[in-house]
Amino acid sequence: MTTMATPTQPKAGGTAPAPAPEYNPKSESVGAKRAKSLIFHIVALALTAVVLYPALWMVASSFKPNAEIGGTNTSLWSSNFSFDNFATAMEGIGGVSTLQFFTNSLVLAIGAVVGTILSASVSAYAFARIKFPGRSALFGMMIATLLLPFHVVIIPQYIIFQQLGLVDTYIPLLIGKFLAADAFFVFLMVQFMRNLPAELDEAARIDGAGHVRIFTSIMLPLMKPALISTSIFSFIWSWNDFLGPLLYLNTPEKYPLPLALRLFVDQTQSSDYGAMIAMSVLALLPVLIFFLVFQRYIVEGVSTQGLKG
Amino acid sequence: MTQSPTLSRRSTSSTPPLPRKSRQRGADARAGYTFLLPWLLGFIALTVGPMISSLYLSFTNYNLFEPPKWIGLDNYTTLFQDERFLQSVGVTLSYVVFGTPLKLAAALAVAMLLNSKRKGQGFYRSAFYAPSLIGASVSIAIVWKAMFGDAGPVDQGLSFFGINLGGWVGNPSMTMPMMILLTVWQFGAPMVIFLAGLKQIPADLYEAASMDGAGPVRKFFNITWPMLSPVIFFNLLMETIHAFQIFASAYIISNGEGGPAGSTLFYTLYLYLRGFSDFRMGYASAMAWLLVIVVGIITLIFFKTSKSWVHYSGDSK
Repeated sequence: MTTMATPTQPKAGGTAPAPAPEYNPKSESVGAKRAKSLIFHIVALALTAVVLYPALWMVASSFKPNAEIGGTNTSLWSSNFSFDNFATAMEGIGGVSTLQFFTNSLVLAIGAVVGTILSASVSAYAFARIKFPGRSALFGMMIATLLLPFHVVIIPQYIIFQQLGLVDTYIPLLIGKFLAADAFFVFLMVQFMRNLPAELDEAARIDGAGHVRIFTSIMLPLMKPALISTSIFSFIWSWNDFLGPLLYLNTPEKYPLPLALRLFVDQTQSSDYGAMIAMSVLALLPVLIFFLVFQRYIVEGVSTQGLKG
Repeated sequence: MTQSPTLSRRSTSSTPPLPRKSRQRGADARAGYTFLLPWLLGFIALTVGPMISSLYLSFTNYNLFEPPKWIGLDNYTTLFQDERFLQSVGVTLSYVVFGTPLKLAAALAVAMLLNSKRKGQGFYRSAFYAPSLIGASVSIAIVWKAMFGDAGPVDQGLSFFGINLGGWVGNPSMTMPMMILLTVWQFGAPMVIFLAGLKQIPADLYEAASMDGAGPVRKFFNITWPMLSPVIFFNLLMETIHAFQIFASAYIISNGEGGPAGSTLFYTLYLYLRGFSDFRMGYASAMAWLLVIVVGIITLIFFKTSKSWVHYSGDSK
């Protein structure tokens, strides 16, 4: 009930960078423009520093000796930079090397990408390009699953996989990807396909092409941007996923990085902060690299498709 | 079929103008369901089926090892006498009620700051978006825990300014602000969506308002807010639903227990503990269904009230 108040809550008071009341862009002097631009950059840069501080702190701390991480040390700089933490972190935990955890994460993430691309594109084609009875009702249900808290299905799903003897395998973590369970990607591709001109498949149909032809030789090549965003996000989400592996995996040899990280925290407690943070950096490395390489794509994808981080 | 006037470009959203033969229709229906097969299978086996069985389980006692025992509404009535459950509701609600509006306000404020043609826009957008991508990860939860640790860098930094909060992680009254800061820090995702919405607002509206002597506050409430309302609505709905489901960071920061003093016992964390540590699967299912009902009601309220404040200009797509 309390959430009723939320629509009015974000008043965003003082959000507008208040120019003078008689603001008229044409009558502004060059000097005033410069000053405004300067203020803008100062504010934006200060904000950047605040927002990026935690990430920078993480990276900087991973190179610091333990004694310098906690306590009074807020600075990012250390005179004792070393790779010791990374060496410790790479040793792994519970007799399993960090390289193994990396491999596991990679297998899961690549599986997720392949499964999502295959299943979501095919399903989206049906929703976007084929007319069949019941389509709009099913589409509505698909949208509804976007809003559904997935916790309502995890218990029965666990019971099913447990009874099938599939707990502690990757199947429960991957099967949903091959069955288009991430409705978001289906939705994204449907939106994308709907914006492709209808003449394309009409012409192909007149030439006698069936849906399989239209899908594989017309739609898929045109959908490249949507497929790329889907791949990036499904990779990153799978890479960061914690609850799924936590539920289904119990042998450390099979753990992906987030679970390994938790195990590491549990076993070392706070005694080796440096190694813990170095491992956190390692676990985020692919995401950070992805981000640096594809940042344009990622940010643009979010703004056009409404994806979440 | 060949002489159809193909004027409508959106063949899929409106009925195609050409009268199809029923044979074509049958073929389309078959093709439709064939293409939809992966999603349909998943929908039935991984969503609808489990939902029905979790509804059933919520009326039973089930520990995974013995067959479920029907107990009627007992799980539901017990829930409301379960203090830890009530605490988890309180924790989650305060996170949603304070965190979501703050996050959206930050997102909107920064989006407005960035919504001008200036150098470095791309850089700022990316920099502000980055936390949204990594914020829910275990790594960031660990970093947060270290940074906000009692006598950690944040605490030390604040005490430099003479502010002594008595720690964050170990202090039950400060864990919620810490969690809220974590979610506000991820304002980048809604910000980018706001930015896309702001770009859609025609500049001449602002110019006309300027000529009429409207100040920034009036411009905000008379132009920006109404024009942006569909996007605000979208962000509000998605972020609220999202916030209810926070798990990984709560789990890591509280060592999987919801401490200190239950101050980080988020709903989903308690559900997890009940279901997968105590193996009270029926009880956890009842919790899951309550969550579905609450989220459903909130969604409904949002949609109902949205009519009064969300303005869809002209033809919607």
